[in-house]
Amino acid sequence: MANGSDGTGQAGHNRPALSFHVPEPKFRPGDAVDFSDLKITQAGAQARPDETCPAIDTAPLANDLIRVLGEDNRAHGPWDPKLDPDTLRRMLSVMALTRAFDERMYRGQRQGKTSFYMKCTGEEATSVAAAMALAADDMVFPSYRQQGILLARGYPLIEMINQIYSNRGDKLKGRQLPIMYSSRAHSFFTISGNLATQTPQAVGWAMASAMRGDSRIAATWVGEGSTAEGDFHAACLFATVYNAPVILNVVNNQWAISSFSGFAGGERATFAARGVGYGIASLRVDGNDALACYAAEQWAANRARANAGPTLIEHFSYRAEGHSTSDDPSQYRSAQERSEWPLGDPVMRLKNHLIAMGEWDEERQEKLDLDSAEQVKAATKEAEKNGILGHGLHHPFHTMFEDVFEELPWHLEEQAAQAIREREIKWPAA
Amino acid sequence: MASSVIDDAPVGLADAPARNINMIEAINDALDIMLGHDPTVIIMGEDVGYFGGVFRATAGLQEKYGKTRVFDTPISECGIIGAAVGMGAYGLRPVPEIQFADYIYPGMDQLISEAARLRYRSAGEFIAPMTVRSPFGGGIFGGQTHSQSPESLFTHVAGLKTVIPSTPYDAKGLLIAAIEDNDPVIFFEPKRIYNGPFSGYYDKPVEPWKTHPDSKVPEGYYSIPLGKARTVRQGDALTVLTYGTMVHVTAAVCREKGVDAEIIDLRTLVPLDIEAIEASVEKTGRCLIVHEATRTSGFGAELSALVTERCFYHLEAPVERVTGFDTPYPHSLEWAYFPGPVRIGEALDKILEA
Ligand SMILES: Cc1ncc(C[n+]2csc(CCOP(=O)(O)OP(=O)(O)O)c2C)c(N)n1
Repeated sequence: MANGSDGTGQAGHNRPALSFHVPEPKFRPGDAVDFSDLKITQAGAQARPDETCPAIDTAPLANDLIRVLGEDNRAHGPWDPKLDPDTLRRMLSVMALTRAFDERMYRGQRQGKTSFYMKCTGEEATSVAAAMALAADDMVFPSYRQQGILLARGYPLIEMINQIYSNRGDKLKGRQLPIMYSSRAHSFFTISGNLATQTPQAVGWAMASAMRGDSRIAATWVGEGSTAEGDFHAACLFATVYNAPVILNVVNNQWAISSFSGFAGGERATFAARGVGYGIASLRVDGNDALACYAAEQWAANRARANAGPTLIEHFSYRAEGHSTSDDPSQYRSAQERSEWPLGDPVMRLKNHLIAMGEWDEERQEKLDLDSAEQVKAATKEAEKNGILGHGLHHPFHTMFEDVFEELPWHLEEQAAQAIREREIKWPAA
Repeated sequence: MASSVIDDAPVGLADAPARNINMIEAINDALDIMLGHDPTVIIMGEDVGYFGGVFRATAGLQEKYGKTRVFDTPISECGIIGAAVGMGAYGLRPVPEIQFADYIYPGMDQLISEAARLRYRSAGEFIAPMTVRSPFGGGIFGGQTHSQSPESLFTHVAGLKTVIPSTPYDAKGLLIAAIEDNDPVIFFEPKRIYNGPFSGYYDKPVEPWKTHPDSKVPEGYYSIPLGKARTVRQGDALTVLTYGTMVHVTAAVCREKGVDAEIIDLRTLVPLDIEAIEASVEKTGRCLIVHEATRTSGFGAELSALVTERCFYHLEAPVERVTGFDTPYPHSLEWAYFPGPVRIGEALDKILEA
């Protein structure tokens, strides 16, 4: 014992010696994967408190797992959002489109059409279904893995591809790394490469909306690894202090590049449980269950709109692919994890649900997949007319100096002239 | 102290067995040696453990030294630097990695208000003997969050040393010296030249380090003192003060244009080798400063002021600066932004004509 009998510490008397703990994931490359110790709850078994309940009443849900879609592909329990078949089909089609888009853009990067890409495969429900539960003008502050929100909000594919190719059609003028979209018209905040910065910003936007007596709420998405940043904790604190109308979505896809969720505190507590300590309503949902994601987001949106305050939602999911095109996950995790993941695939599960309802079939799914691929292919062809990265079809050099400030100070004017002169020297004909 | 690698080191470095390695391998080698040499050295950072770092700089080190010496951290640069301050206070010698220099900002308060001032405010009772390694600089189509050169934010802070190597040989020796240094050192690694020196022509094939003389790295321990510049090339026409990636770009341009430049690789920005600078500028009478970082309040401004203050009567032409532009690092126009051969060439002409 470290303490003497009077309860005070005695120098040098600690027994046993202190030991240092470093988290370790269960499986590494080559390991057989067994997820049987993951507590997978029964769909429909979770209570659904009233949206305006005291935050503490949600505490049990922060350690549970809200699920709607059961093994029988049916919707169960009080969290069933009871969506009509048309809405469900739209949800499925946006998720399928997201997947088809990721496939093609990933290939495009491999073919040298751009520098970088990030897929959200396996996590489509966490963005698509959640976005569908919000109003179109609710402001979202996403991370880089929520392309599904843009697709759900009808952002044109070609604009996304122009951005990815950094070509002269890119509305962001080729300035940002691929996938770092921005669309004010779609209430989609400009994505930052610096992790978790968007979380206190979403809270601030929500505070502003409340200050002005507006009706719009804000929602942010952040990876579980990024919740380690101080920004996320500032976001939680501001959200609870000002009872801000904001939804903090934590997408727990188990991995942050090569670091498993244990390096963000996941060995000790759920990510939803973080909210409980702050006095924020907190839900933990099956992130591969599109209905559960929708229902949780809807619950949180209702709560925010009722002036009942913020909600933290942990979407428990799995990053099925590499972190990005720069990553090789076979270096640090077992390849079996993906196939053994006990919560299945979100697109398949929603598809099977619609089939079980008698509202869908395999032929229609096949056609949907084909149509999605075709749609992406056509948009890609169109976008390529505006150029691909590094092939000359970029924005004029002067644009590099615009938007640093509202107006160009003298030194940027001089530097712009320099850049244009260099261009003439390098490419006299151009 | 554990069996010292120093004792085994050959008398003359030139006699040491050497291998041609790239900069990442040299950094890995330095870390390996220091982990083996000093049990208080620890390495931590995002993805540095099992995986060995996103640039592989710490590959194999966790396996060799265990998880207590080399370990992953949460994605919290504030936590990484703050914890390193605490470990330093205990008596360890932490070598944290910040995955990209662009991501060091959440750790700034711990670096500037804490690590940099610990010695001063405690009158030497507490020190922060940490070396913060971080890849920096552009040229890899990394966009604005994987390309920045923020060195002057650190050189401006009293109490921080800033080191930037430009070759595998220097990277190893300087990193060992940085780790042994009892003050906090920012060690910026020019990621564009991790795998090979760079001529500035992005459309030409990458030249690997193996064929470059400065990739010949002696095995075992050696250190290069901080605060000492390296004369890359002696010359009479002008002095070029530069560091990192731009050492190679400038050398290539001077070669191409047949300019007899004296190129000085500063290697350490703080403390600066003022003697080497003065001696060279007094000899050549002309001075060009080249860095990739943005221009306004960049380190070039400090160099220009120093040269003007101390060598004014030897100067035959105004001091010139070649830098990145004062914009965030753009993605598609990366090579229009980069201070490449044309910008350097124009500045050389201007200085030599003056
Ligand atoms: C401030 C900051 N530190 C480090 C990085 C480098 N980085 C980019 S993504 C990433 C992992 C993020 O993981 P997680 O939050 O779990 O999201 P996921 O990628 O799994 O969706 C890291 C460390 C960064 N972009 N910003």
